[in-house]
Amino acid sequence: MSIFVDDDTRVVVQGITGGEGRFHTEQMLAYGTNVVAGAVPGKGGQEVEGVPVYDTVEQAVAAEDANASVVFVPPAFAGDAIFEALDTNLDLVVAITEGVPTQDMAKVNKRLGEVDTRLLGPNCPGIITPGEAKLGILPGNIFESGNVGLVSRSGTLTYQVVSNLTERGIGQTTAIGIGGDPIIGTSFIDALEAFEADPETDAVAMCGEIGGVDEEEAAAYIAEHMDTPVAGFIAGRTAPPGKRMGHAGAIVSGSGTGTAESKINALNEAGVPVGDTPEEVADAIESFL
Amino acid sequence: MKLHEYQAKQIFADAGIPVPKSQLADSVEGVLDAVADIGYPAAIKAQVHVGGRGKAGGIKIVTSEAEAREAAEAILGMDLKGYTVNEVLVEQGVDFVDEYYVGVTMDRGEGEAVAMVSTKGGVDIEQVAEEDPEAIAQEHIDPAFGLHPYQARKVVYDAGVPAEYARAVTLILSKLYDLYEANDASDIEVNPVMITSDDDVIAADAVMNIDEDALFRHPELAEMEKDAYQNDLERKAGEYGFDYVRLSGNVGIIGNGAGLVMTTLDLVDYYGGKPANFLDIGGGAKAERVVKALDMVFSDENVESVVFNIFGGITRGDEVAKGINEALGEFDEIPKPVVVRLAGTNAKEGMEILNTDLVQVEATLESAVQRAVKNAEEVAQ
Repeated sequence: MSIFVDDDTRVVVQGITGGEGRFHTEQMLAYGTNVVAGAVPGKGGQEVEGVPVYDTVEQAVAAEDANASVVFVPPAFAGDAIFEALDTNLDLVVAITEGVPTQDMAKVNKRLGEVDTRLLGPNCPGIITPGEAKLGILPGNIFESGNVGLVSRSGTLTYQVVSNLTERGIGQTTAIGIGGDPIIGTSFIDALEAFEADPETDAVAMCGEIGGVDEEEAAAYIAEHMDTPVAGFIAGRTAPPGKRMGHAGAIVSGSGTGTAESKINALNEAGVPVGDTPEEVADAIESFL
Repeated sequence: MKLHEYQAKQIFADAGIPVPKSQLADSVEGVLDAVADIGYPAAIKAQVHVGGRGKAGGIKIVTSEAEAREAAEAILGMDLKGYTVNEVLVEQGVDFVDEYYVGVTMDRGEGEAVAMVSTKGGVDIEQVAEEDPEAIAQEHIDPAFGLHPYQARKVVYDAGVPAEYARAVTLILSKLYDLYEANDASDIEVNPVMITSDDDVIAADAVMNIDEDALFRHPELAEMEKDAYQNDLERKAGEYGFDYVRLSGNVGIIGNGAGLVMTTLDLVDYYGGKPANFLDIGGGAKAERVVKALDMVFSDENVESVVFNIFGGITRGDEVAKGINEALGEFDEIPKPVVVRLAGTNAKEGMEILNTDLVQVEATLESAVQRAVKNAEEVAQ
């Protein structure tokens, strides 16, 4: 089994005619994802990689029976694209776009409370259920089907940890990049809850980073609700306060919240071993299996 | 992006928020002209992006021309925590009886803005938040509706602002929220709001930070960005469009993706080295960006050794390898040893292209970092 996506997922790509949208549609199709439609205003009637394009998400969903979307729309229009997707009752919207204004996301976040759709991202690499489907930009070849769930705020760090696992022959049920922005749709807790409920996920690797308190909240959730063992990693131990480390969300505030130390302590107290290196995360996961 | 105090105060004044009379100056003569106009006492305030300017000697109260000259000479050109002071705000001194805090900021946990008022203003509000959180009244704001007038009143009453000032403070808070929304601010604060001895309520300081991701729709604010960089390297990184943070160590770090670059820094530290910088070349970087990244890191005189760590998703290993060869091919002698580790998309192709006369190649993140740390130690000896 898997969480959130599988080989029944039918995908509409928003922004399919742009450079990124086109390239990753090709990659997703090559991986075996059911990309069934594209949506770009003014481009209805065209085709990209054999995929029909519609003017609106609503048309695409109605014509091709899609239940998920991937957003490759530029930052200035991404908030609007997410709203459009949320208004069509999809099961899942994956927003890859980096640089969406935070106040746009605050409005999206409000809407999320009113619909049943799950949003992943923005500023995330997407989600993959190895051998079934990938929605996003993750390099499919490093993943193997297996029994470990992975959830991470960072794209390339996800790849690093996955490759450490795959090299040891440890495959993954589903790997999720939740995104590096201050306001995101799916939190660590949402992903952990789904992994806990998935009978085939036997262990979970969780990669956090400095900024915010999501990791601390996840630690409390793990202690309270999870039987599935979790191993953690926290990036940004050496980050100075007040400096944005690439991700808009990765910043230790002047008041000392969001530090790596606070997150590592919270996870340790919840019984979660935190690796000093990605290799040690794989060690911990291996010991669980 | 941070606005300077004088820029934020101009925006406040335009919005009808009362601020003290002030004038910007960039020379001693300019300061003297300004105080002649404004009168004494006056405050001479360094316009730099540094917290705690007062303690660091960047704010002085003057009561005579001689003092004004002395203060101007001391502050203009001084180094405040790495930033050079090029401009000062000359501001009318205010005789106050009380100081409050009023602010609007993004509460990322809740995913919405929060309005905050406290009668314990004039001191470090983060310290108040830690020691006496009850002293800060808060009200979350639904982004679809904005700050309702009743909410603005409520948070002011909750903070215990005396009745005779409540109306004026409420008005300032409402206007701050309007500015927060209209300018895509991430943070807007007045600390302190002063109650003057004449019973006026004025914004005596102004902090306004703008969401960098929203600058595309605020060209007028983007133009205000000024003296934002702490050093020439950060300025250069800004021109190149890199996410870059300079640190104090000697192992230069280049990578792709914020989380992985942070991890590389952490590993340098873990294996006993000291990271010199954070440099994220971003996703999908082509050879030309790689050349610029190496130029950045070699420009840092502290750097003794470099580790280049790429895990390709959308970034292709062969493109990165081409960039590394190109950049290093320019040198008769490589300035500092460079360790390269490529993984992911087209990593194999990249490894085959890499000129191993120019770089040391390692297969794993851990071994690459260890080697770079060792290189730095050897150079340092």
